[in-house]
Amino acid sequence: MATPRIGVFVCRCGLNIERTVDTQVVADALAEHPGVAHADVYDYMCSDPGQVKIKDAIVEHRLTGIVVAACSPSMHEPTFRRAAAEVGMNPYLVEMANIREHCSWVHDDRGDATEKAVRITRTMIEKVKGNHPLEDVQIDHVDKCLVIGGGIAGIQAALDVAEAGFEVLLVEKEPTLGGHMAQLSETFPTLDCSQCILTPKMVEASRHPNITVHTYSEVLDVSGYVGNYTVKIRKNPTYVDPEKCNLCGDCTEVCPESTKSEFERGLAERKAIYIPFQQAIPSSYTLDEKTCLGLHPLRCSECQKVCEPGAIDYDMVPEILEEEVAAIIVATGYDPYPILNLAEYGAGDVPDVIDGLQFERLLSASGPTGGEVRRPSDGRVPKKVVFVQCAGSRDPENHNSYCSKICCMYTAKHALLYRHAVHDGEATVFYIDVRAGGKGYEEFIQNATEEERIRYLRGKVARIFREGEQVKVWGVDTISGKRVDLDADLVVLATSMDPHPTTEAITKTLKISCGGEGFLKEAHPKLRPVESLTAGVFVAGAGQGPKDIPESVAQASGAAAKAIALLAQEKLTHSPEVVSIDEEVCGGCGVCVGMCPYGALSLNGAGVAECNEVLCESCGTCVSACPTGAAQLKNLTDDQVREMIEVALANV
Amino acid sequence: MSDKNGSFEPRIVAFLCRWCSYAGADLAGVSRMQYPPNVIPMRVNCSGRVDAGAVMKALEKGADAVLIGGCHPGDCHYVSGNYKTRRRIILLKRALSEVGIDPRRVHLEWISASEGGKFQKTITSYVDLIRSLGPSPVGLAKGQDSGSEETEKVAVGVADAE
Repeated sequence: MATPRIGVFVCRCGLNIERTVDTQVVADALAEHPGVAHADVYDYMCSDPGQVKIKDAIVEHRLTGIVVAACSPSMHEPTFRRAAAEVGMNPYLVEMANIREHCSWVHDDRGDATEKAVRITRTMIEKVKGNHPLEDVQIDHVDKCLVIGGGIAGIQAALDVAEAGFEVLLVEKEPTLGGHMAQLSETFPTLDCSQCILTPKMVEASRHPNITVHTYSEVLDVSGYVGNYTVKIRKNPTYVDPEKCNLCGDCTEVCPESTKSEFERGLAERKAIYIPFQQAIPSSYTLDEKTCLGLHPLRCSECQKVCEPGAIDYDMVPEILEEEVAAIIVATGYDPYPILNLAEYGAGDVPDVIDGLQFERLLSASGPTGGEVRRPSDGRVPKKVVFVQCAGSRDPENHNSYCSKICCMYTAKHALLYRHAVHDGEATVFYIDVRAGGKGYEEFIQNATEEERIRYLRGKVARIFREGEQVKVWGVDTISGKRVDLDADLVVLATSMDPHPTTEAITKTLKISCGGEGFLKEAHPKLRPVESLTAGVFVAGAGQGPKDIPESVAQASGAAAKAIALLAQEKLTHSPEVVSIDEEVCGGCGVCVGMCPYGALSLNGAGVAECNEVLCESCGTCVSACPTGAAQLKNLTDDQVREMIEVALANV
Repeated sequence: MSDKNGSFEPRIVAFLCRWCSYAGADLAGVSRMQYPPNVIPMRVNCSGRVDAGAVMKALEKGADAVLIGGCHPGDCHYVSGNYKTRRRIILLKRALSEVGIDPRRVHLEWISASEGGKFQKTITSYVDLIRSLGPSPVGLAKGQDSGSEETEKVAVGVADAE
């Protein structure tokens, strides 16, 4: 290789670097480093004049590679690579030395920081000296998108992608689309009927020519890579042909077996053959195998006998579908924090202690009480209702540490709707503080507290228990410092939002990560909120973190936009800094093949390892395992690492 | 290793995985968390890329210690690279003990992208630890400057190797 002519550009970043790093000293020291042909200092290398300086120097000094000593490569690596490419330098001959985040910002001694900046930059000079010009790996892709989760976020994402002209597979594990939004009575702060705004979207998704809906289905396995994922979906048998079912409901009437209705959150029973709610999509009954007496004419078969259109088929079997998709949107949603975990609030023990979603069903016109607020134990209309906010939230010792964000608003809505339904009813809300950030939210709370005479007590509830027909609530008013003992007919716990129980399994299947609380992790908390760290996998809705309906919809559209941007590209590109195998050196032991988590390595006909550049994600774990050194990461070879170590440690 | 004002200041090389620990170090920077300047960070895609050869090279070239930062178990961007590193480092530490190098001179820590504070604490306490262990016996042995028991044992090894 020709003698390297490396350019070094040290950024002052205003005073961000200059304050603790003497950039001129750094540049002067590095100008002496072997292979460096040019070293310069500037206030803001990322500015236009800064980039021009770099571009001019590349041309004038015929540089073979450059190092920009500035901020973290996660900030400006693309900026400088693009600038260099504009004057004909291969972008992979551009590296950044992070002397801001890893040096000037974390040290105060100017001498020490300057010395460390020299060492850091020297390592990158050595790296660039060993770098080779590379071209991005080009990948063909399919034109389909998978959306996992058929709640409001998944529906919105599916509709947006479908509207852009791409095919969508919408997979939902329940027998109907809709998610938790279908269970809500009315939505804050406008009090629109939840089903009235949701069901048109459900219908639209099911009728859209570009969307294929798979309900009662699960994603079993995902393999492949961005642009070309292979997904395996299991369609569980509903034992009812949706094409033939005419929703007459005769099957339900004769079915002898029942269980607690999931949709009504246990407040009502449903039969073994059932439809979750009238507007369910697909509009067809589902036979729940676990509750059914047995799928055999000899066991029962009452439903089959009465089904006039002959829609019931006991011989249905699970169907495994295999599909190719380019992008995946994960919208697995949430579940309320299990009420049984809240033993201090009598949950599970006192029937008239319910969670917020159960109260939604009591308020809903389609609910088990037909929209009349009646308590579960004896069906009486409760005259005194206590609402407990932060039930399971903001309690790091016992429950979830985080704020579930929507509970302040839905509690205010519950109390307000309760007061609308029971005019002489008393509503008391225990709160830590009221968080009502959102358009029209604060006004909604103001209205609830002032116009609707809802009593807000700032404090915590210590214990809830049953005494006779009453529910006793013991708590403390933290403003007056006094103990509060209340008698209530009904207690509604504003339970925390948990990631849906299936989240963990799906993240393993997709090889994406969860945060500490179990929610789907976004690629960057501020700047990449809808992407996962796996290329082509996007996140949306409450599965990513507690959020309300408008935020879920917005994030879903954001995720859809990202997926569309990917689908619309003619070809996808992939980093070329992948593994290469030196066939002369490889002994064909195959250790690397087992190491690769992506199946990118295999032994070829000649008995040596071979790397599929499209599959390789550049982790380099095979490089560490290779006993001969035949496997090397392009532009970060063992030789380069050795040179980098040497200059990091050499005297300054 | 470097001596300044007569006191021993360790020289440490850190291999940080791009997705977790390097980003954690970035966060420490953005949050202006102060820590000692003894550690020279190097970015690798995955802690699984850190092989024994690189660690030994660093010790040979005068590092008093080597720190490896990876993603928490279950969080590896590359699925399982960190588990492989964990196994490799256990073996490497055993090998270091055999040749008389204190195994604490190689340390693996899980630091996530959101743990700027943990990065700061890790660097601070590790520099303190290495300062208390004193200069690496490898460097001393090469200078034939026998002192501690650790050094003498390694001196024999270095002589054998050369």
